[in-house]
Amino acid sequence: MPAVSKGDGMRGLAVFISDIRNCKSKEAEIKRINKELANIRSKFKGDKALDGYSKKKYVCKLLFIFLLGHDIDFGHMEAVNLLSSNKYTEKQIGYLFISVLVNSNSDLISLINNAIKNDLSSRNPTFMNLALHCIANVGSREMAEAFAAEVPRILVAGDTMDSVKQSAALCLLRLNRTSPDLVLMGEWTARVVHLLNDQHLGVVTAATSLITTLAQKSPEDFKTSVSLAVARLSRIVSSASTDLQDYTYYFVAAPWLSVKLLRLLQCYPPPEDGAIRGRLTECLETILNKAQEPPKSKKVQHSNAKNAVLFEAISLIIHHDSEPTLLVRACNQLGQFLQHRETNLRYLALESMCTLASSEFSHEAVKTHIETVINALKSERDVSVRQRAVDLLYAMCDRSNAKQIVAEMLSYLETADYSIREEIVLKVAILAEKYAVDYTWYVDTILNLIRFAGDYVSDEVWYRVIQIVINRDEVQGYAAKTVFEALQAPACHENLVKVGGYILGEFGNLIAGDSRSSPLVQFDLLHSKFHLCSVPTRALLLSAYIKFINLFPEVKGTIQEVLRSDSQLRNADVELQQRAVEYLRLSSIASTDILATVLEEMPPFPERESSILAKLKRKKGPGNLHPDLDENRKERSANGGTVAASPTPSTDLLGLGSTITTQNSAPPASKGTSLLVDVFSENIAAFPVETPVAVGPVADENFSREGGFINPKIPDMRCLPLAPFPSRFVCKNNGVLYENQLLQIGLKSEFRQNLGRMYVFFGNKTSTQFMNFGWPFTVPYCAFFLTVSLQLNVHAKPADPTVDGGAQLQQILNIECMSDFVDAPVLNIQFRYGGTLQNVAVKLPITLNKFFQPTEMTSQDFFQRWKQLGAPQQEVQKIFKAKHSMDTEVTKAKIMGFGAALLDGVDPNPSNFVGAGVIHTKTTQVGCLLRLEPNTHAQMYRLTLRTSRDTVSQRLCDLLSEQF
Amino acid sequence: MQFMLLFSRQGKLRLQKWYVPLSDKERKKISRDLVQTILARKPKMCSFLEWRDLKIVYKRYASLYFCCAVEDQDNELITLEIIHRYVELLDKYFGSVCELDIIFNFEKAYFILDEFLLGGEAQETSKKNVLKAIEQADLLQEVYEMV
Repeated sequence: MPAVSKGDGMRGLAVFISDIRNCKSKEAEIKRINKELANIRSKFKGDKALDGYSKKKYVCKLLFIFLLGHDIDFGHMEAVNLLSSNKYTEKQIGYLFISVLVNSNSDLISLINNAIKNDLSSRNPTFMNLALHCIANVGSREMAEAFAAEVPRILVAGDTMDSVKQSAALCLLRLNRTSPDLVLMGEWTARVVHLLNDQHLGVVTAATSLITTLAQKSPEDFKTSVSLAVARLSRIVSSASTDLQDYTYYFVAAPWLSVKLLRLLQCYPPPEDGAIRGRLTECLETILNKAQEPPKSKKVQHSNAKNAVLFEAISLIIHHDSEPTLLVRACNQLGQFLQHRETNLRYLALESMCTLASSEFSHEAVKTHIETVINALKSERDVSVRQRAVDLLYAMCDRSNAKQIVAEMLSYLETADYSIREEIVLKVAILAEKYAVDYTWYVDTILNLIRFAGDYVSDEVWYRVIQIVINRDEVQGYAAKTVFEALQAPACHENLVKVGGYILGEFGNLIAGDSRSSPLVQFDLLHSKFHLCSVPTRALLLSAYIKFINLFPEVKGTIQEVLRSDSQLRNADVELQQRAVEYLRLSSIASTDILATVLEEMPPFPERESSILAKLKRKKGPGNLHPDLDENRKERSANGGTVAASPTPSTDLLGLGSTITTQNSAPPASKGTSLLVDVFSENIAAFPVETPVAVGPVADENFSREGGFINPKIPDMRCLPLAPFPSRFVCKNNGVLYENQLLQIGLKSEFRQNLGRMYVFFGNKTSTQFMNFGWPFTVPYCAFFLTVSLQLNVHAKPADPTVDGGAQLQQILNIECMSDFVDAPVLNIQFRYGGTLQNVAVKLPITLNKFFQPTEMTSQDFFQRWKQLGAPQQEVQKIFKAKHSMDTEVTKAKIMGFGAALLDGVDPNPSNFVGAGVIHTKTTQVGCLLRLEPNTHAQMYRLTLRTSRDTVSQRLCDLLSEQF
Repeated sequence: MQFMLLFSRQGKLRLQKWYVPLSDKERKKISRDLVQTILARKPKMCSFLEWRDLKIVYKRYASLYFCCAVEDQDNELITLEIIHRYVELLDKYFGSVCELDIIFNFEKAYFILDEFLLGGEAQETSKKNVLKAIEQADLLQEVYEMV
């Protein structure tokens, strides 16, 4: 035990700590602690009043026990008593205990606050500092309520000591982080800004941190800090290394302050004033120059401090993204670091270059380092550095180097650390798709992914390759040939079997001409994998088999034989058994024509944001990716394809978790109908009358589970009132709009800018069994018209006047939004059924938010725009009770479904949601910002909309507030 | 900065300072996970790593690991030097500090940290000024003791 060095010693405490250290086992330690706890408890409860010293000693012991990881449920009162001791050392221990353990005992908070209040007004700087430290350490809401007004007063009072100012500044910073709503701007703000001019560098350091935090909240109030910060920075940068005395750290002038000032400047755009801007550019150049000077010391602290400033300067240069020379110089500097012997610098250079890669000025300069980065991927010994190299390769990838980068990443994948394999797989899949010039390369790449890292290929990846193959005729034959060859490997990954099964089921005919891949050979190959696969894959294979029966009548017998075997027809798994039974029956009863209709090739998938991208976003957060996202969007629209219809990532694309029923087959009664209500309201878009059998990734969108077959009991359907659309359609584009005993209306829609297209599916439900398919019954649609307004143009293409029993009619509506609107168009349907004229009128879910384009923006941009939209008529706010459970993920999905970009990390309070987007109409574009603040205690929300047009704010607020 | 942890090579926590509100349970889980992650790293590896949505900056001094969690936009190198400055302060105060000093005088280690960092930000980066504040407090304590 070392001699206790300074101040007072607490012998009892030292002995106790020694005892604990001497304990040989965990049990012994617990025993010793329990003994001590009993002792302290009896002392606290005893009749004899404890003197201050003993109280302090016991409180300190309790603290020690707590810090060892044990629970402490008493002693708080004694600690609070210590606060009002006038012995500094007792007060200090009391405050420490409160700072560490306060959350457990809130009933003491008023006593604690009282003691703090006394110390704050004591005018004794040491006591004031203790009190301020305590507020800063605890930072609870109660403390914010009590002191958020008092602390700024102390901070700017003329007679406050420097050290107290420093504590007060950071105390306020903490309160602003935990309860930003309680820290109100006032006349003190201007005086805080002037602390940047303070003589005491410690005060400037603390004040800079505070101003940076506050400027993120209300940039306008702290705009004047820019010129002061530039001036201060310039003085530091140009000072000799000894000028700043103790604030010089290993020959670097005030590195902490420099970093903070550079951080503060990143809250603002480049200064508009030419002189200030020039001075700042000069500073940044000086910092870049210094990096080339020989080091003033060999100590790592010297180079770390110097480079800390350099990296922060580079961050500012990237943030401004306006000075090409500086950007290129920054890139060259980072390029030097890429080969530095310090691992830390290599790591940071890779990280920083990632952001540089997204600037148009430096993208090319970053690309010149590709060989070094690839080399880092191969040779770095530290996985976290390799991870950065992967990120950078991903960021610098474009059409010119995609093949090389994808090839390198693929070969790295074979030896990559398990922890980052999945991410690499996602990145490769995205790059391969994004930069695919010919899709054969894309197909090869994905199959290689499965081959090298099959276990890490998530469902999204193989769904995506199938979507792409289905949508591109030119690659289908190649894909079939390639999977067929890949499947011949003796051991292939189950994911490959899935892709193979799906693709051969759809396009096996394209290679059937070759006798080496004749239908029977294909089937035998697939079936040889069957018994090694899990249930979902087997289910998929069964669907592939029934598709084979349609494609190749010559193998029908063989396949029926397989389906008929006991291992299928009597399989213990309900799903497999049902498929076997239904497919066998289907293949024996239906005529070739019917089979051809039912098992027709899958229709193209609607273009949308890659679900892989969504997955990577979920994994990594938006920060690393947004440049790619934007680019991705641009490219899609440039390609003339339809843009992402719904930004909501579709989860569970393959609905294998539950029964996929073929058309008109009766749902098993036992399957939970109660589930349906939920399922319907949240995540299923049901299209039960879709013609082709869904064997794979389309299930969610095109094909329902049992859902579509539940008939709402509508007794009299001849004179129905106008049905409003279900409010879930505000946030989604697909689903069943209307259903009664005869008719089901499904929707699929996509919107881009001010245009939209809506596919309306009228399903005739009146034949209930698949076998009755040919039942001679037709429903002529004699009238079909729309009521619309001037704000919205809707055109329908003429449709077939009849709909066969059990079949479906598709109607395409083209929509154009002329200006913002409130009323939705009405769809009127008349038809004759059994001699009676039927009328149905429903509102179409075309709402203003459908013409949203999401906009990604930084926190700073967001708040800047938020402020610009501050006029009272631009803002609409609504406070309302939650109608659904307040689940964060669901809320996020709804906001994204609503059409706005969900901005992470923008709101200082992480439980709030903010979003941004632009409403496109033919006449104008309206920028919209939204903020949703949940209050889980009260089960309430506050929703605020700010847009440049009052009617838009109002309408969007009305629409969105109905969703939660 | 979101939190700072000091732990030994055996994985024992010696000091923990949290600048964000977290429950006891979360704190324990975070400490356990991080200590394991960092102890598993090899000596020559880089001092930074991504962990959940935070950046971890750590450095080993003799038998003790100093580990800070900072946010995405924070500066890693300056955080590394925050650690070093704190070590220097402890060293100066205790006179070539060792792990035992921090175990037996844990409260002092906390006091010094509070003078140096507050709310997760550097409050006073001058070594002299921090030590002056601590010495003044020690003096105050002795004066009071004598009264």
